[in-house]
Amino acid sequence: MNLNLLSWIVFLPVIGMIVIALWPRASQKTVKWIALIAALASFIISLYVFFMFDRSGTAIGHMQFEEKALWIPAVNSFYHLGVDGLSLPLVILMTFLGVVSVLISWKIQLRPKEYFCWILLLESSILGVFTSLDLILFFLFWEVELIPMYFLINIWGSGRKEYAAYKYLIYTLVGSAFMLAGILSTYFITHTFDMTALAGISITSSFIPLTALFFLLVIGFCIKLPVFPFHTWLPDAHTNAPTAASVILAGALLKMGGYGMIRLCVSMLPQVAVQYAPIMCTLAVIGIIYGAAVTLRQTDLKRLIAYSSVSHMGYVLLGIFALTQVSLAGASLQMFSHGVITGLLFAMVGLVYDKTHTRDLNNLSGLARQMPVITVVFSVAGLASLGLPGTVGFAAEFITFAGSFTSTVIAGMKIFTLIAVLGVVLTSGYILWMLQRVFYQYPLDKYKGVGDADLVEKIATFSFVVVIMLVGIYPAILTDIINMGIEPIAKLIGM
Amino acid sequence: MMMDQIRYIAPELGLLCFALLLVLVDLFISNKRALPVIAVIGALVSAALALSLWSVPAAEAFNRMIAVDQFGLFFKLLILSATVLVVMASHSYVLKFDKFQGEYYALLMLSAIGLMLLVSAINLITIYVALELSSISLYVLVSFLKDKWSSEAGLKYLILGAVASAILLYGMAFVFGLTGNTCLPCIADYVKGMPFTSLLQNPALLLGLVLIISGFGFKIASVPFQMWVPDVYQGAPTPVTAYLSVASKAAGFAVIARIFMTAFGMPAWLHNEWAMIIAVLAAVTMTVGNLTAIVQTNVKRLLGYSSIAQAGYLMVGLAAMGMSTEAGNVAAGGLVFFLLSYTLTNLGAFIAIIAISNKINSDEISDYAGMIKRSPLLALGLTVCLISLTGLPPTAGLIAKIYIFKGAIDQGLLWLVIIAVINSVISAYYYFKVVKAMWLGEPASEEKVTSTWPEWAALAVCCAIVVVMGILPGAFINLTQAAVKMLGI
Repeated sequence: MNLNLLSWIVFLPVIGMIVIALWPRASQKTVKWIALIAALASFIISLYVFFMFDRSGTAIGHMQFEEKALWIPAVNSFYHLGVDGLSLPLVILMTFLGVVSVLISWKIQLRPKEYFCWILLLESSILGVFTSLDLILFFLFWEVELIPMYFLINIWGSGRKEYAAYKYLIYTLVGSAFMLAGILSTYFITHTFDMTALAGISITSSFIPLTALFFLLVIGFCIKLPVFPFHTWLPDAHTNAPTAASVILAGALLKMGGYGMIRLCVSMLPQVAVQYAPIMCTLAVIGIIYGAAVTLRQTDLKRLIAYSSVSHMGYVLLGIFALTQVSLAGASLQMFSHGVITGLLFAMVGLVYDKTHTRDLNNLSGLARQMPVITVVFSVAGLASLGLPGTVGFAAEFITFAGSFTSTVIAGMKIFTLIAVLGVVLTSGYILWMLQRVFYQYPLDKYKGVGDADLVEKIATFSFVVVIMLVGIYPAILTDIINMGIEPIAKLIGM
Repeated sequence: MMMDQIRYIAPELGLLCFALLLVLVDLFISNKRALPVIAVIGALVSAALALSLWSVPAAEAFNRMIAVDQFGLFFKLLILSATVLVVMASHSYVLKFDKFQGEYYALLMLSAIGLMLLVSAINLITIYVALELSSISLYVLVSFLKDKWSSEAGLKYLILGAVASAILLYGMAFVFGLTGNTCLPCIADYVKGMPFTSLLQNPALLLGLVLIISGFGFKIASVPFQMWVPDVYQGAPTPVTAYLSVASKAAGFAVIARIFMTAFGMPAWLHNEWAMIIAVLAAVTMTVGNLTAIVQTNVKRLLGYSSIAQAGYLMVGLAAMGMSTEAGNVAAGGLVFFLLSYTLTNLGAFIAIIAISNKINSDEISDYAGMIKRSPLLALGLTVCLISLTGLPPTAGLIAKIYIFKGAIDQGLLWLVIIAVINSVISAYYYFKVVKAMWLGEPASEEKVTSTWPEWAALAVCCAIVVVMGILPGAFINLTQAAVKMLGI
């Protein structure tokens, strides 16, 4: 039976967007509810896919819920969707973030109709990236995401929003420009856009050195992840984006980079990946330490979280280019973990800002009295971010480091790992320092009247906490699936 | 014998009848609102005649002067669609030259006839005559506003156009001198028989080719023959600018493709060498166009430079096509698809600009600020077109770029594709400058900008096709592949 479930997951938000756009004189309330229903429906179907996912050994290395139809015959491109252990957690992550980002935008006043249209389009495009198995389709979704994000930052952002939006646009376009050249070269060499066929394909080419092909493809992902030194768009975009856009940006959008690296670069060109892994791991370690060090100096709450993302994405890069099964699984889990944790952190910063109208650490103090619920949830997110056992953060970082420390594929991984672990110490430093500054010092008079989270906000933020705890206590719920996706890729490297 | 062949030029003759009818009617009636209706009906009749020839087997007519094939018919239909859309978009603009509406529409149709002949001509003489028919009509149209800017633009276009024509003719003379023939298939027969050598050792052929490329380079606005573009685009009446930027350019590319693929498509050493000339010109053209567009503040000038850049992308397709002259190759399909996409997109953008500028009496980007509040539909339409010009999904622009770049990579032109994709990034900067102004700027006044229904409908048609082409390009790609089936050796 073929219900085209993945198509529904991907396109329900777009359908919601079209309904909102065409609904004549839609009131704010209608718009919000349509957005919520669309996002929720997509989330529920993705949960159904999660539970129906075949976890048996025979399914390893196979795509599930596949859909395939000829799309552009002239270039032999297919409308081809499917999920495996690598992409499914990210799909769930995005549909989940889709629902909560609608919830945390509940109070938006400025041009709500357009706002929810862009949010839904953004969700669809990211879901499309994670599910498409045809390179042209993948690229199409990859590019679609730009436009809603550009408008979200530009119209609903704050501060230097225009600068940030432009920077985001140009950075991403530069990456995708090279990626397009890479994708077309790949087709020229292999005569297929099918990503499942490309994994493990033996490539030889006199047309373009494989190293050049690898870097054409990887640079777009490096910019998206972001990898030091391509990270400078991220603090600007994050800081100035509206809360929900920050949540999606940090939560799901950055993961497109890591996902692409594993799915395309490592799977297709494992030998080149092994060859250049030391360079990538060096960048990862620099990113981890530099990102954390810069984070320590931030006084803007949002900028602080943004730079912490640079550091945390370093772990992902390290895990990927340690190139062992365990480290790759760790990197995948770390992507999921960072998605929920940082998503929650941004949501909480948004709440604090809503109540106090400032994000400056120097102006915040002792908020625990006024907003106990926010304080608790924020602390949970912070502790998860620094990798406290029992949260998903710990599970992800532990697996990543365990995997990269024991890697024998790349020489000197032990040293890389040891330096990277120092990042965890720095993380504890800035997280605890931030929590203390914001919530636990003496209370200020000017914040006497500010309130706590309301019901909608509580639902949104508590659901994050549930996920963080659930996967933290029982990581196998995801790692079982992730391993199914990673195993065939790890085998390619072992060759 | 001759009489049977009349039906091969029925589309042109049909349009000509209506053009003459329009001039006559203009003399006798005072309600000028009937004139655009006649123009549109004429174009539709002509399109129907062209469609009726679609399934006719490819043939040559009038002693190898004209070819009847899907390639030519496709471009005739494209030119006619552009004409209809421009006529619709002129709906309120023509009030600026109220007394001369009849001449305006008639010249537009005459120019279309010239372009239609141009795309199916297979003889150097026919090509030249057709080119002049369309150009002379356009010289007049460009100066139609009769103000300082428009007159200057017209004069500039006339002088430079005349020089370009002379260069083209000079090139044709060399080719004729060498081969003793003016019909393209005959030239091909001669060239095919030439021994393996290099272009440099054949000065007559080299000069001929370079001069022909230069002459048409003016028409398609390739560097270094692009100097006229910004001034003419800015000074000309905006609907004429729109027409120049799409119909005239599309026909230019079609005729270049036909000349080079038919006459100089073989032997391999020859087509590889002219393809390389075009590849280098393509790289320079898009880079110059994009870099100069960045600093523009006038939206018509901006689109002028952007059309130079777009010509650069199109030349990528032309170069790739030259590298492989097998019939119906991917590069040829890509070129035609890109032209289709570019025509609709650029027309859409210009239609929106015509409607907006006509109301606010300004072409400055800064005056477009907050347009999304003053005229949501026009601003949205312009945004869709600009996104398509940038080459972002879900629009035709992205598919067109993928298609054309794929053809180039298939021919080993990776270096050119990398230059092209970097150029697309640069172009995002200035296209989004306009988008940003419209969506984020503070409107200068609260007054709504309204558009009349023909303008609105023309824009809607363009945007709808651009988006459909971006999501489900299959049918359009089949169409373009059918059009290039017979092109090549």
